[in-house]
Amino acid sequence: MAQASYPADLSYHAEHDWARIEGEEATFGITWYAQDSLGEIVFFDAPKVGTRLTKDESYSEVESVKAVSDVVAPLSGEVIAVNEALASSPEAINEDPYGEGWLVRVRLSDPSEAESLMDAAAYEASLT
Amino acid sequence: MPLQYTGIREEHMAVRERVGVFDVSHMGQVETSGPQAMQRLQRLVSNDVSRMPEGGAQYSLLCNERGGVLDDLFTYRLSETRFLTVTNAANHERDLAWMSTHAQECDADVRDRAADFAMLAVQGPRARALVSGLADGALPERMHAVSRTLAGVPLLVCGTGYTGEDGVELLLAPDAAADVWRALTEAGATPVGLGARDTLRLEACFHLYGNDLSEDRDPIGAGLGWACSEQTGFIGAEAIAAVRAQGPPQRIVPFVIEGPGIARQGNLVVGGGVVTSGSYSPSLQCGIGLAYVPSERAAPGTRIQIDVRGTVRDAVVSRKPLHRKDT
Repeated sequence: MAQASYPADLSYHAEHDWARIEGEEATFGITWYAQDSLGEIVFFDAPKVGTRLTKDESYSEVESVKAVSDVVAPLSGEVIAVNEALASSPEAINEDPYGEGWLVRVRLSDPSEAESLMDAAAYEASLT
Repeated sequence: MPLQYTGIREEHMAVRERVGVFDVSHMGQVETSGPQAMQRLQRLVSNDVSRMPEGGAQYSLLCNERGGVLDDLFTYRLSETRFLTVTNAANHERDLAWMSTHAQECDADVRDRAADFAMLAVQGPRARALVSGLADGALPERMHAVSRTLAGVPLLVCGTGYTGEDGVELLLAPDAAADVWRALTEAGATPVGLGARDTLRLEACFHLYGNDLSEDRDPIGAGLGWACSEQTGFIGAEAIAAVRAQGPPQRIVPFVIEGPGIARQGNLVVGGGVVTSGSYSPSLQCGIGLAYVPSERAAPGTRIQIDVRGTVRDAVVSRKPLHRKDT
């Protein structure tokens, strides 16, 4: 995706992660800014289903040709699905960071944590 | 030199499949000239300078008395008594100081020429054809250099490179570099940045000073014994001869990660050793790198494990280069 975009229906973490919250579950990924900073992503080290994630802590790594970067959990919870397609096509994180490039689906342990996340406007403002 | 222009993979593949141009003007140059220029360089650098013909090029190491590597260098013999040595940017000042203050008994001057040269590398299977189309005469063979005019600009064309592909490097006046860059890119060369420069050289298993070479590493363990002629008596020759005779405790090896994961510089090899360069290989589409391992585990085919930030990854010691032109 060549143009920066920050969809309004997502919640954002300062470490450049997004969450699409649907009741007690959420999908996580990295933002357009994060994928653009990393460059061409070649590997996503997916956590196993069942892994417990803690808000603000790293749960995985994404690697581009030039660098490796931690992926931070925007919210706490248990991994109930991982994007298996990324094993063979990690470039989806670059091409479609909010769609095909999603990373994990999580059952939230404390949905109220979402109050600490930013909306798209606040996140975008934080980048400048 | 930017990290990338359009993307590391795209730039990398442009060099592997077509032709790319790199602005490597950050590299330094030192000229050694005078009646005993050959003798002075022979004392300073590891290779046998007397075997370099006029118009020839030679790879060598600058070593300290302990045989530790201060820099790795390309030297071009411009004439019987003039040599131009290309240094790594980060080492240039130290190299210059070292070269100026050693072998002073020889009747030859050592001069800083870094401000006098820009440097462009044109690399890839179509590099020679592209450069030929702009030049006023035949290009030099590999490991040779000739003076030519290219796009109206006088420059030195060198049959050298750092990508594992055929190609040339151009040394020219800085104020003419933009015109030559434009002529090369308009003729079809893809601009390539530092990111792809690193992945290309790593696939070719060329050393990067500061990663794979340092004052604490000897040339023998680094696999550069072929660039050391100890019988010439260069500074460090005795120490290097001793390492060659005994065998180095560790040797550098290329490795390929089996499965996912990319080792990076500083990751430890389980059971001893360390990764000195690691990246993703756009050609092989997996993690590759160079590591120092105990000599008894350096044979191609040896299975090693690398601790990649807490996850142990399987890898196999490979032959160099990791990428071959014909594959």
